Amino acid sequence: MNPAATPARRQIHPPPAPASPFPYNPGSLLSASDLSLDGIGHILARAAALENQDPLTRARILAKRRVALLFYESSTRTRTSFELAAKALGADTTLVSSLSSSIEKGETLKDTGLTLRALGAEAIILRHNSSGAAWLLEAETRLPVLNAGDGMHEHPTQALLDLRTILAHLDPTTKTCHPERAKRVEGSASSLHEITAETLAGVTVSITGDILHSRVARSNMLLLPRLGAHVVLCGPKELLPEIAAHVGPGISIERNFETALRQSQAVMMLRIQAERLAGLQLDLEQYKADYQLTGQRLAAQAPEAIVMHPGPIIRGLEVTAGVADGVQSVILEQVRNGVAIRMAVVERALLPGNKQGDRA
Amino acid sequence: MTALVIRGGHLIDPAAGVDSLKDILLKDGRVAEIAAPGKLKQANGAVGPELQIIDATGLTIAPGLVDIHVHLREPGQGYKETIATGTAAAAAGGFTSVAAMPNTRPVNDSPEITRWMQAPERGATIRVFPIAAATRGSKGETINDYAALKSAGAVAVTDDGSPILKDSIMRETLAAAARVGLSVIQHAEDTRLTQGASMNAGPVAFKLGLRGMPTEAESGIVERDIRLVTELRDTRVHLHVAHTSTAAALLAVRQARRSGLRVTCEVAPHHFLLTEEHVGLYNTNAKMNPPLRSAADRDAMIEAILDGVVDAIATDHAPHAIHEKEVEFEHAPNGITGLETALGLSLRWLHKEWKMPLGRVLSLLSAQPAALLGLKGRGTLAVGSFADVVIFDPKAEWTYRARDTKSKSRNTPFDGWTMQGKVRWTISEGRIAYDSAS
Repeated sequence: MNPAATPARRQIHPPPAPASPFPYNPGSLLSASDLSLDGIGHILARAAALENQDPLTRARILAKRRVALLFYESSTRTRTSFELAAKALGADTTLVSSLSSSIEKGETLKDTGLTLRALGAEAIILRHNSSGAAWLLEAETRLPVLNAGDGMHEHPTQALLDLRTILAHLDPTTKTCHPERAKRVEGSASSLHEITAETLAGVTVSITGDILHSRVARSNMLLLPRLGAHVVLCGPKELLPEIAAHVGPGISIERNFETALRQSQAVMMLRIQAERLAGLQLDLEQYKADYQLTGQRLAAQAPEAIVMHPGPIIRGLEVTAGVADGVQSVILEQVRNGVAIRMAVVERALLPGNKQGDRA
Repeated sequence: MTALVIRGGHLIDPAAGVDSLKDILLKDGRVAEIAAPGKLKQANGAVGPELQIIDATGLTIAPGLVDIHVHLREPGQGYKETIATGTAAAAAGGFTSVAAMPNTRPVNDSPEITRWMQAPERGATIRVFPIAAATRGSKGETINDYAALKSAGAVAVTDDGSPILKDSIMRETLAAAARVGLSVIQHAEDTRLTQGASMNAGPVAFKLGLRGMPTEAESGIVERDIRLVTELRDTRVHLHVAHTSTAAALLAVRQARRSGLRVTCEVAPHHFLLTEEHVGLYNTNAKMNPPLRSAADRDAMIEAILDGVVDAIATDHAPHAIHEKEVEFEHAPNGITGLETALGLSLRWLHKEWKMPLGRVLSLLSAQPAALLGLKGRGTLAVGSFADVVIFDPKAEWTYRARDTKSKSRNTPFDGWTMQGKVRWTISEGRIAYDSAS
């Protein structure tokens, strides 16, 4: 098909792509791939330490510092946990959402960002419906920007909280996950698990559902394999193109849900993002028949695995209510871990002197 | 009478088969005489205030460059570019002729707009050849009056940017244009396959969370158009494929040519130099349509240029205001500027890096595109031709700075790139249109 596939008769050395200038600000967290393994370890350690710290002491860390939450999409978990996290460290927060601001009048992201900076915002937490919006905002404001989800692209704090959840259930000696191991994280998570390229060696995490439109999937695909995990993507072709396996190392595709489940220590289910289907027709009954996580499937294929979901859950579609509420579900633990991770990430944004999150 | 003598330079005129030291006399907008150094006959007696002399010692003299694909934005979008600023940028890049696309506001689908674009009041420093819309309003439904457009000065028809999808309309367009001797230029994109897409479909688009344009969206239309040309069985039909970006489309063009069809194609510098990797982290100055493709597609462009399958290098110069590009990637308009970088990039890469003879590179930038659109007396410096000349230092290496552009816009991915070949003078119909020293 492709004539370029025939061996080139000439040696062609084309101009290379330029190196990325991002992140401009060392406090930014734009992509899960921005963090070094040490940086990931520091964030996990700080999350654990901050979670266990006396709330009054903790509230002095960022006392009266200004953090803006800029949300162009609706959000329950991410917005609330970022807000609670910033407030827990003593920061003043302000929420700007697209429906109650000048964004409605046509103000651009650049102008909104510059306005927030002029108002004294020292960091901006951005949720946006366009992929790459966090990069644009960082380039224009040069402030620490925390990417709280950009279009179909990335959601790095979700990947970090997912990692924290997996580690809390991981037996470091047998490298298996146990739903029962839902310990209150005491002390530092990183004292239990040193963060290295081997931390998740032997662990398989399956991600099933609407991978194509999922920023959670992309951030997890970039983060988890760096710690040695094998990520198995599962779903129909319409929602999981073959090219997904090329995002990075340690990623494979399995179309059969049962086969994917059998390999998994952690089972991550995703919502079908109806708002991003863009005309794609999907037979939901067929989808449920093939990919719904039911109690029966779970018991038969992955009785020891933890069941994860970034939310919002559509009960009765990607998971049954019984599984969502079942003993293997760690979905609400993920939500709780979100606050701890976001405390660490907000702290890192505003205290660049503390080298908690060294760049990759 | 004004006359201009260019002395001491090395003339490369691929169409005339000249590649040696020559003196040239330009008179009344035409090439009057070419002779060995110091041997011009007519100039000898004419020394005086009306005879200007250009010393081109150590420089290359070539036919002024011809770009058959530019967007000058007038009428209607003067904040991006005007005919005056666009042609100033063209002259700085060594171009003496540009063919302007009809996606203006309003669309150039009438003899009135076609003439308006060529009026002296527009302040063009070089020659502008309008390309008219193939259908009314470029809506792909009603064919325009091609005879009237041609007599108003249109050199081809296209619905560039809004490709003609209906088979019946495209067939009618090809046939009607052939009857009056106009070429049909197609921006090959099956827009049914590119809804909401903002870059090439593939692993990079997936990773960036952007919807992708499949290569089939381009090659499918090229194949369809070639099928229509085949069915028409009329040797006057000329299909020109604009900004070819995929290996599959080039393959279709190659095969059509082998079957004896009059199908030509152009490639833009960004498509033979850059790949989807250059989008980086949402660089909107690397967003254009067709998009930057895979390395395999890019390599196929280079191969096809070196092999002679490609008929012309065209820039698809598409200026956009800074504020239009400082937005979310998927909301940014498509297009980059290109008039000032085409020669420097072509010489730096095609000639220096990939060893294409200088004359062949220049031919792709002048003689071939001029012939393709039937621009008589352009693209060559044979005696009697228009006095369209570029004089440049072929060895000079320099760095392109977008902030120094003559264009109103600076949306280029080549800011800071090393160029080879510095334009010293550009002469349009005997008048100096660009002088790097002034």
